[in-house]
Amino acid sequence: MSTDNPAVKKTWLTPYNMVVGLIILIGAVITALRFTKGLGAVTNLSDNNPWGMWIAFDLLCGVALAAGGYTTSTAVYVFGLKRYHSAVRPAILTAFLGYSLVGFALLYDVGRPWRLPYPFFVQSGTTSVLFEVGLCVMLYLNVLFVEWTPAALEWLGFSKIRNLVVKLVLPLTIFGVILSTMHQSSLGALYLITPSKLHPLWYSGYLPVFFFVSSIAAGLSMVIFEGTLSHHYLHDKMDETYLREHDGVTLGFGKGAALVLAGYFLIKVVGITIDNNWHYLFTGYGAWFLVELLGFVALPCFLFAMGVREKNLKLIRGAAVLTVLGIVLNRFNVTLVAFNWQLPAAERYFPSWMEIAISLYIVTLGLTIFTFISKKMPIFSEHPKFKEHESAEFKEHKLKHHPQTFGH
Amino acid sequence: MENHFYSLHDFLLYTKGAAYYLMGAMVLGILGFWLYLTGRDEEKDI
Repeated sequence: MSTDNPAVKKTWLTPYNMVVGLIILIGAVITALRFTKGLGAVTNLSDNNPWGMWIAFDLLCGVALAAGGYTTSTAVYVFGLKRYHSAVRPAILTAFLGYSLVGFALLYDVGRPWRLPYPFFVQSGTTSVLFEVGLCVMLYLNVLFVEWTPAALEWLGFSKIRNLVVKLVLPLTIFGVILSTMHQSSLGALYLITPSKLHPLWYSGYLPVFFFVSSIAAGLSMVIFEGTLSHHYLHDKMDETYLREHDGVTLGFGKGAALVLAGYFLIKVVGITIDNNWHYLFTGYGAWFLVELLGFVALPCFLFAMGVREKNLKLIRGAAVLTVLGIVLNRFNVTLVAFNWQLPAAERYFPSWMEIAISLYIVTLGLTIFTFISKKMPIFSEHPKFKEHESAEFKEHKLKHHPQTFGH
Repeated sequence: MENHFYSLHDFLLYTKGAAYYLMGAMVLGILGFWLYLTGRDEEKDI
């Protein structure tokens, strides 16, 4: 290895670092422009299209793709699937960073960002779906922060507080899954008010259900996808337990994703049937809808199932990538492509390059922080000081629920 | 010539009827999918 050889000097000027540095530099300049010159200087937003790229990608995709946190912690702590325990910390970290960056992106998108706390403390619009989304996201961000702190506290050596926080894991997980169910579906419910603006193939009374169910598939796929990337780039930070459980996590989550995607596909078909929208399938928008439904829902569902049957991990990983792309495509379709579909092309919205650059900047920030935390804190490994403690807990659980594995 | 017009009730009757048929097919479909998905699972020790 190059780092073992004293003759080879470690340099920061790697191609990866240079690209990241460039993106952050461009992002910083656009940030300065956004907060000194206003939204009009950097975006193509208008009264017809007040919600653009930053809502479609940074918020809707960000929240959906951060669903790995609640799906993994629910699987492990509520359903007792302890064999996926090593996937919890990376999933919680991804979710925590995802939601933090959603809040961060909102500062750019909201006209007067310093008024973001107003709905909670000054003017509570309790009859608004957006109020419910805001409140749930704010509360869930705090839940994720507390769920993430054991890793940070272990790293800092604060055992007493860490042990106290670990006891809160189950109630926090239950609170987290309630909040997630509420706001993942409510993000879809936001569009219930737009039957005349959203194309009938994407508009449905079941939009909240579609958003919630698809978020579960997104969460499971993101855990597989993020695990694959981490396995490649952060392999040296992983301990034996993580490496041993990794393939099982991929297979188990692949099976879960196959089932959820099958359910999602079927309820989408019910959505078309109940509104009798079949004739729209023979239009241009219909073709695009079929690309989304067949290419990014049915196909990955089948690939997941085939991968699980054949124990083909590569296939499962490919299906996870396709699912993640499909969720992004769906959120873009609902918020941008099929939205205001009756307006003439000249009045339609297309993001400016600076909006795209800010989204890229935020993703890059997330990746950089994730890598930094994963390298410093016990995310892919158990802290040696606490390993025995957790093993004892785990052993006790196994002895209670699966005595045969201990030869009893 | 008789004039026909369709009411909201007609529409709902038609679409809900179709959805019920579809749901029957879905139950069978998801059962088949489940069998395909778990067809090669190893037997678990009980």
